[in-house]
Formats: sequence, C-alpha cells, structure tokens
Amino acid sequence: MLIYIIKRLLLLPFLLVVFSVIAFLLIQAPPGDFLTSYIAELAASGSSMERAQIDALRALYGLDQPMYLQYFKWVGRILTGDLGVSLDWQRPISQLIGERMGLTLALGLGTFVFTWLIAIPIGIFSATRKYSFFDYFFTVFNYFGVATPTFMTALVLMWIAFKYYGVSVTGLFSAEYIDAPWSWGRVADLLQHLWLPVVILGLDGTARLARVMRANLLDELKKPYMEMARAKGLSEWRLVMKYPVRLALNPLISTIGWYLPLIFSGSVIVATVMNLPTIGPMLLRALISQDMFLAGTIILFYMMLAVVGTLISDILLAWLDPRIRLDEE
Amino acid sequence: MTNQPLLEVRDLQTVFELDEGTVKAVDGVSFDVYSGKVLGIVGESGCGKSVTIKSVLRLIEEPGRIANGAIRFRSKILGNSSNDMIDLVQLPAKGAQLRALRGNEIALIPQEPMAAFSPVHTIGNQLIEVIQLHQPVSDEEAKKIAVTRLKEVGFPNPESAMDRYSWELSGGLRQRAMIGMALTCDPLLLIADEPTTAIDVTTQAQVLSLLRKLQQEHQTSIIFITHDLGVIAQLADDVVVMYLGKVMESGPVDQIFHNPQHPYTRALLRSIPTVHTKNRSRLPTISGSIPHPFQKRTGCPFVARCQEALPQQRCTNQTPVLKAINKHQSVSCFLHEEEVNAC
Ligand SMILES: Nc1ncnc2c1ncn2[C@@H]1O[C@H](COP(=O)(O)OP(=O)(O)O)[C@@H](O)[C@H]1O
Ligand code: SF4
Ligand SMILES: [Mg+2]
Repeated sequence: MLIYIIKRLLLLPFLLVVFSVIAFLLIQAPPGDFLTSYIAELAASGSSMERAQIDALRALYGLDQPMYLQYFKWVGRILTGDLGVSLDWQRPISQLIGERMGLTLALGLGTFVFTWLIAIPIGIFSATRKYSFFDYFFTVFNYFGVATPTFMTALVLMWIAFKYYGVSVTGLFSAEYIDAPWSWGRVADLLQHLWLPVVILGLDGTARLARVMRANLLDELKKPYMEMARAKGLSEWRLVMKYPVRLALNPLISTIGWYLPLIFSGSVIVATVMNLPTIGPMLLRALISQDMFLAGTIILFYMMLAVVGTLISDILLAWLDPRIRLDEE
Repeated sequence: MTNQPLLEVRDLQTVFELDEGTVKAVDGVSFDVYSGKVLGIVGESGCGKSVTIKSVLRLIEEPGRIANGAIRFRSKILGNSSNDMIDLVQLPAKGAQLRALRGNEIALIPQEPMAAFSPVHTIGNQLIEVIQLHQPVSDEEAKKIAVTRLKEVGFPNPESAMDRYSWELSGGLRQRAMIGMALTCDPLLLIADEPTTAIDVTTQAQVLSLLRKLQQEHQTSIIFITHDLGVIAQLADDVVVMYLGKVMESGPVDQIFHNPQHPYTRALLRSIPTVHTKNRSRLPTISGSIPHPFQKRTGCPFVARCQEALPQQRCTNQTPVLKAINKHQSVSCFLHEEEVNAC
C-alpha cells in the first residue's frame, strides 16, 4: 500500500512540469506579448503607463529573452511563491486567488457532499426496487437533471425566488456582509446564500451519479455472491449494504478525482450568472481581458487539482479494493 | 429416528414465468432425505437440479416461483417438538424464520466458490459473519471457531488464511473454505450443488473424501448434486435421477447402479467411462439432445431419446408418473407400469 502511494507520488513532479509547460504555452498563446496588448488597451481607454514602469515589467517577465528563459523565470517565481501581478486587477495574483479560494472551496465541497449524499441513496433505492414507482420517478427526475443546463436551472430558480419571494439570491452574502470582517453572523449569512448554488450545481451531478450507481448496483445484484449471502441467512438489507453496494461504489470512487477540478471549473457559468465571488468567473474575466498570467495560474491550479484528485482516487480505490492493492505490491 | 426423514419434498413444482412462456424447471419432484444419509441428485445439465435445491432453500427469485408442492423439514429451532415438520413453502420468503434456518440448519456449498465469495472481503470476515449471525458469540470466540473450521477442512495455515481473499487461494482451498463455512454452524442438512465441477480431477477426489470424512464425523445429511454418476457412486446412499424437471428413477445407490430400471438411468450408466471401456476415445453418450424448455410436453419427457419406447404411441401421448416398483425403488416409465399391472 505504502509502495503504491509512493509510486504515485514519484510521478507527481513529472506531471507538474508537463502541466506548467502547457499553462505557460497558454499564457503565450495570444498574439504579441500581453504587455503590448495591455499598453494598447490602456491607450485605447485614454490612460497610459510610464516608460520606466513598462521597462521594469519587461525585465521582470523577461519579455526580451527567448521563450524557454521566460518559462524558467515564470516557474522560478512560482516556486518562490511569487505568482506575479494581475495587470487587469493591478493586484498580486496570490491575493486575488487567496481571497476567492475559501468560498470556492466551500461551494465545491458543499456541492460534492450534497451530490453524493443524495445520489448514492437514490441509486441504491432505485436498483433494489427496480421498476417500482420510486425507480420510475427518479428516472424521470434524473433525465431532467441531466438534460437541463445548470445555468438554466440557476436562472429559473433565481427568477422564482425574486418573483415570488422578492429576494435576490445572487452572490454569497447579503449587502451588509459583503465587505464585513468574518463573524458568526457572516457565516450564517453565507450558509443562507450557499445552499441555492449548491443545489443548482449539485443537481446535474446528482442525476448522473444516481444513474451510474443504479446501473452498477444492478450488475452487482445479479452476482452469485448475493445468493450465497442469502443462503447464509443474512437479511436482505444487511447483505445489500455489505456486498453489492460496496462493490458498486468502487468504480465510482475512482472518479472522485475528476470531480475536484470539475467542481472548480464547472461552476464558471453558474457562478457568473449568480454573481458568485469564486475563482470560476475570475478565470472567465481573465481570459476575456487577456490577463494571461492570472489565467495561466488558475489553469495550472486546475491541473494540479486534477493530479491531486487522481491521486486521492487511486489511494481510495487501493484502500477499498484489495485486488488492486495487492496487485500493485 | 433414523427411519424418519429429515426432509420431505413432495410434488415440488417451480416455474419461471418469462415473456416467452412459462418454464416448468421443476415439475413434480418428490424425494426424502434421511438423517445422517447422503442423497445424490443426478441428471444432465439443465434438468432442474439447482432449481430444486434453491427451492428447498427458498432462494427462488422473480420471475421464478414455487407453484406447488411441499418441502417439509424437521427443524430443531423452529419446531415445537422433535417430531414437528415445518413446510418451508409456507414460510414468508424474506422472513426471519427462513433466515434463521439458512446457514444454520440448512447450509449450501455452491457450484462456483470463486463467484460465491466476495472478492473484497477476507475469508475470515465471511466466516465470522455467518457464525455471529446464528450464534451469540464475541468477535474473539467467532474467530476461534472460524480458525478451527479452516483447520478441520485441511488448511495448512488456518490463522493466516483468515486474512486472505478468495482469489488468492487455489481452487481446491477455495472450495475447502466454502465447506468450512457451510459447516460452521453444524447444519442438519448440507446441500452441495456440483461442488467439484470448478476444480481439477485430483483436487476433486481430495475434496470428495474430505466431504465424506466430515459427513461421517458430524453425521450430517447431505443432498449432493452432480451430473457425474461416478461421483454419486463414491458418496451417496440414495439416488434421485432427474430429467427435464422430473424424477425418472429413485432408489438406493446399489439398486440404481446394479439394477437400473429406467431407460434414462441405463443410458446414463452406459455413458460413464470405466476402466473396462475398451476404446477410450469413443465413449458412448446418450444420443439425441434435451428438448427446449418451452417445447410443449406431452408424453414421457424422455421419449425423443428413449431406445426402449413402447409401440402404439403410448409413450408419446401419455405421461408416466413416478411409482414404487419395490420397497425402495421408484420409476417413472410405462415399461414398469405394465409389470406392476401384470402382477
Ligand atoms: N433464473 C431463471 N430464469 C429462467 N429460467 C431459469 C432460471 N433458472 C433456471 N431456469 C430454467 O430451469 C432449468 C433448470 O436449471 P437448473 O436447475 O439450473 O439446471 P441444473 O440441473 O443444471 O442445475 C433451466 O434449463 C432453465 O430453463
Ligand atoms: S415411458 Fe416410454 S419413452 Fe419414457 S422412458 Fe419409459 S419406455 Fe422410454
Ligand atoms: Mg446447476
């Protein structure tokens, strides 16, 4: 088990190098260097930058040097913890991301927990009561969940909330708490706002996950070990939870890793629609305004999440499934 | 006591209601199992052996159901007095009473031990589970019982085997573990469904002799299912010969082997390879194939393949019923009805 994890960890640095190259290429992708386009933008809006400041930035990013040197400079700065400055926001990138990290995480984890807590029981009930009213009800419900785009759900729910209850449910805080320091009142206010985006973001995933869980479990329920467990005298409920549910969950757990970056990136549209102060909309804005260092950093962050997520999945799966664990050793 | 059966199956009919029609997988089967004795059920693949014993355990699932018949079992825990027989067909399928019997008084050794063990739980876990299900013992005690059982069924290293997974074991050990699991609660009746088909011949012989030894030590009654008459000869006291969901012939093992009365039994016996068979490469098999289960059945189920079918279409138009031809032996064939009538 330990060897298995170490093997995976050894792969990490290599992957990070590959990802950083990709992120860097992305930063370089727009024509011209970003500084030129930024200056042009400033000029267009009537303001300008001092010659000295421009030169300082040029030196910092090594814009006169060959591409690979620029890359090493960038990586070097990241390794020392300096993510650079967003030209668009005129603020350090680490600050910008840090500010939004907590809320993004709260939203992401909330959505994740919501999805699994709802989807797995639905999947289990649907499979064990196949073709019952309950099963059909959730089949229809799930199709709606999968077929409706999340931003659509968001718009409809926001409209309903506004029209019938007269509340604006955009953002994650009420007006009086937006810039207030953290307090219990602010936490309570956050929770009051958080549940709606969590539900909206979660519905889509819940529907998918419940379908997969149902299909996996139906496969397992046909296996001979079921009959053996019954022949031992186990009650139906106990045996379903102990054997087939466990086996049906294993392949799902290997997908947990993919959820991690998805929850951060997948929420872009909904978060924009609902005006949520999370990382997703910031990436969108950075891409639109060609604030490429900010965009590149966020993308690098997403890719790191994917790696970490996969690692978590691998470890979980090895821990749950002795066939994988013992095979690797 | 020994003359009273432990299990009486009477006119059991188990059907599967499929879209294409109703399959009568078991069609009027009767037999008795006596305490301390081994009953062998033999017949070609698909003749309804597994469905019969799944009916006894009440494990038939939708779209199947027991349509008719009685399965009377002399249970110690469910009966009021030692003479009570309980009709398992009358008990609620998912009820606590049946669960208390299963794995406890009636245990199963399945056809494929590989598939019957959970791949993600250890052997020990699955053994302890069944022990604690039926006996109020602590984890420690349950573990001790489990280790003792594994030792009894011939595990060289029972303690370490507790932490192994079924797929880490050889086929023979896996089936030994299954036998150990079936015997943990000292069942009155052990049902073994082709327990040696999944393992090689040498191991097969070892597992059979182990079963025989344990059976004699514990005086367990066994229903032993196989398509191999050779195995029956080694193990069984009584034999039931099945064909297409019906009993063709039943009786003591000596009678079945030395004085077979049904044309199907005779055909089966001819198909056993023996050391006396001269040309080993050309074993006699039963000619013809088993009719499709949906095929409408009139007449004797064996008529299409019977070499002794009677003239005047009797075998084709009428269905023979199982009749006792002497004190021990019963046969379902018109050849013998004539004899009985003639006497
Ligand atoms: N789950 C099922 N659904 C439909 N038909 C079944 C099912 N199980 C068994 N049968 C029918 O019962 C017949 C007997 O099967 P089985 O008892 O498994 O034979 P065997 O003697 O080889 O153990 C089969 O030929 C099949 O037609
Ligand atoms: S009843 Fe007729 S067809 Fe059937 S086994 Fe006897 S002789 Fe053969
Ligand atoms: Mg079978």
